Amino acid sequence: MKNDIILAGVGGQGILSIAAIIGYAAVESDLFLKQAEVHGMSQRGGDVQSHLRLSSGEIWSDLIPEGKATMIISVEPMESLRYLPWLSPEGWLITNTEPFINIPNYPDVEEVLEEIRTLPRHVALDAGKIADEAGSKKAANVVILGAASPFIDIPVEKLEKAIRQLFGKKGEELVEINLRALHAGRAYARQ
Amino acid sequence: MQKLLLLGDEAIAQAGIDAGMSGIFAYPGTPSTEITEYVISSSDAREKGIVATWTANEKTAAEQALGMSYAGKRAMTCMKHVGLNVAADVFINASITGANGGLIFVVADDPSMHSSQNEQDSRVYGKFAMVPILEPSNQQEAYDMVHLGFELSEKLEVPVMLRITTRLAHSRAGVTRTKQKNQNECALPGNLKQFILLPALARKQYQKLLGNQPAFQKLSEESPYNVFLPAEDRSMGIIACGLAYNYLMEHFSEGKVPYPVVKISQYPLPRTHIETLYNECERILVLEEGYPVVEEMMKGFMYRGKEINGRLDGTLPRTGELTPGIVAKALGIPSNDIATVPGIVAKRPPSLCKGCPHIDSFLGLNEAMEKYGDGRIFSDIGCYTLGALPPYNAGNTCVDMGASVTMAKGAADAGLQPAVAVIGDSTFTHSGMTGLLDAVNDRSNITVVILDNATTGMTGGQPSAAFEKIEHICRGIGVEEEHIRIIKPLRKQHEENTRVFEEELAYNGVSVIIPRRECIQTLNKRMRQKFNDKNKTK
Repeated sequence: MKNDIILAGVGGQGILSIAAIIGYAAVESDLFLKQAEVHGMSQRGGDVQSHLRLSSGEIWSDLIPEGKATMIISVEPMESLRYLPWLSPEGWLITNTEPFINIPNYPDVEEVLEEIRTLPRHVALDAGKIADEAGSKKAANVVILGAASPFIDIPVEKLEKAIRQLFGKKGEELVEINLRALHAGRAYARQ
Repeated sequence: MQKLLLLGDEAIAQAGIDAGMSGIFAYPGTPSTEITEYVISSSDAREKGIVATWTANEKTAAEQALGMSYAGKRAMTCMKHVGLNVAADVFINASITGANGGLIFVVADDPSMHSSQNEQDSRVYGKFAMVPILEPSNQQEAYDMVHLGFELSEKLEVPVMLRITTRLAHSRAGVTRTKQKNQNECALPGNLKQFILLPALARKQYQKLLGNQPAFQKLSEESPYNVFLPAEDRSMGIIACGLAYNYLMEHFSEGKVPYPVVKISQYPLPRTHIETLYNECERILVLEEGYPVVEEMMKGFMYRGKEINGRLDGTLPRTGELTPGIVAKALGIPSNDIATVPGIVAKRPPSLCKGCPHIDSFLGLNEAMEKYGDGRIFSDIGCYTLGALPPYNAGNTCVDMGASVTMAKGAADAGLQPAVAVIGDSTFTHSGMTGLLDAVNDRSNITVVILDNATTGMTGGQPSAAFEKIEHICRGIGVEEEHIRIIKPLRKQHEENTRVFEEELAYNGVSVIIPRRECIQTLNKRMRQKFNDKNKTK
């Protein structure tokens, strides 16, 4: 088993919380894991990415080679496209459709979504809206994770457990919201 | 022992806690920050009474670590590569004094300059100081090498450098904790003259360092981290240093490389392994993160031997960090068709946060500067360096910590008046204060804007050594009371603030303006914390 995942977004959007959930679930599943993050200057509203590698065998490189990622998980539509050179020809792209516009030359959103739709294997969803229905717009990240979950070789129960573990300190209500968000995203991807 | 999921930085920190370290001293700097941060927030470290502190700069940090080593205890000092420039004086001289308690300099290099102004390679410094260098290839080795580093340091009575690069610092993997060690008791050095570098004594100490070189060499030859891996295909031999080893192994299933490989994680270079490789193979490929340090050593100046490939002959790019793709190309492994980034994707450079106080400072400063024209703002290292980008375009220089003040002074002395320095609170106490003293003593015509957001912002909001001290420091240095102006950078006070900038720019002498408002990131963090605490007590 080998999953090579590029997580993408904008500094401050919290892609590392997705990584933390998958990471916890991977350790629980006795998988090897390496996860390269971006800290420092780029975190200030710049494009950020994380390379997350899961495997049943030893992992060498902290970075995923170009053309080898099994999926891109992005919380922002334009950012999902930035990492296409990493995506394997059989890979999946899972992205939020809601743009994060903090630059004056952000392209036309419809054109960005059109570009995403040209990919043979993609899931594009309005995660904020789905999260809102699940109880909090802030759970958009977990909706995206849910939409990616059918393509990750970790049982969904392990992801649920990770959410319980990581959000447990912040109260039962937040745990429930995030579990609903996970399953709403998952259901969307399965349609 | 349980397996922890740790960043390379955190693995080093945890190892310090486990290896009987008594103190860790650092100034924040990407990619090294998370080491000290981890120890500061570790309850385990607190219970063990480990001193973990942010210092005014890297030099003061390293000297405190050296003092702790003098007193017989194990100490660590951590910095980014350019931080070692600041601490270079103590680093080089500490190699002459040697250590008493184990002493490790952790230096995190940033090839590709993700968050830095250059990509200098600290191994050159290590060689310059003639101390052993450890360069882990993964998180587990980073953990293990802290234990090894303290052992070597105490055995050889010398500081040891632990060199990592960004990818290891900021990548997470499972780490198994090993042995736990007690801290040392406080104990003076056996020779009370060891740390006195008066010429006559320094000459002796220097001879001792030189005399120890064969021992460092021998330990490198025997190190379990320097490995010769034999293989059949001798058309090429590969030297892989530190992290580069992973990018090599990535391309061969089950770790079976068809060529002989020397994996290097401890310096001085293990000569025997390299000689064997050279004699066996037709040509040599050197894979290393950073400068072509090993490659240059292999080639030498009058070199006429076998072909040696690396960064110098274009087999690998001369600059930037290695990636699996770059290494594949150097190995002659054909690449698949790689998709390109669609043209529609726009660049998204980092920018000042919404609500950042620096924005209001720049708006006021820019308006006041309009009549003087461009090219007069000397900036410094921090979030506010981003003010040099549009839409503010406020900042014409960014060189090294504190250089804003002194470069503005030099330019003013050359006749460029007014000249403005823009520097953050933490950068000011790091290296700006001494330059301000020069300006006051020479009565130079500069305006120094000290952006006080009450934190070290760029690295994630560590406490600032300057907190609640800036105006007192300026007064003490001799800036005239009426030319120390504190303003609140808020949109609604824009006109008032602009007037203050105008007045001080017009003053012929040293003036200091302190725009003071908390960093929006630390403010939000504090508010969230308050909210959570309130919910807890309910």
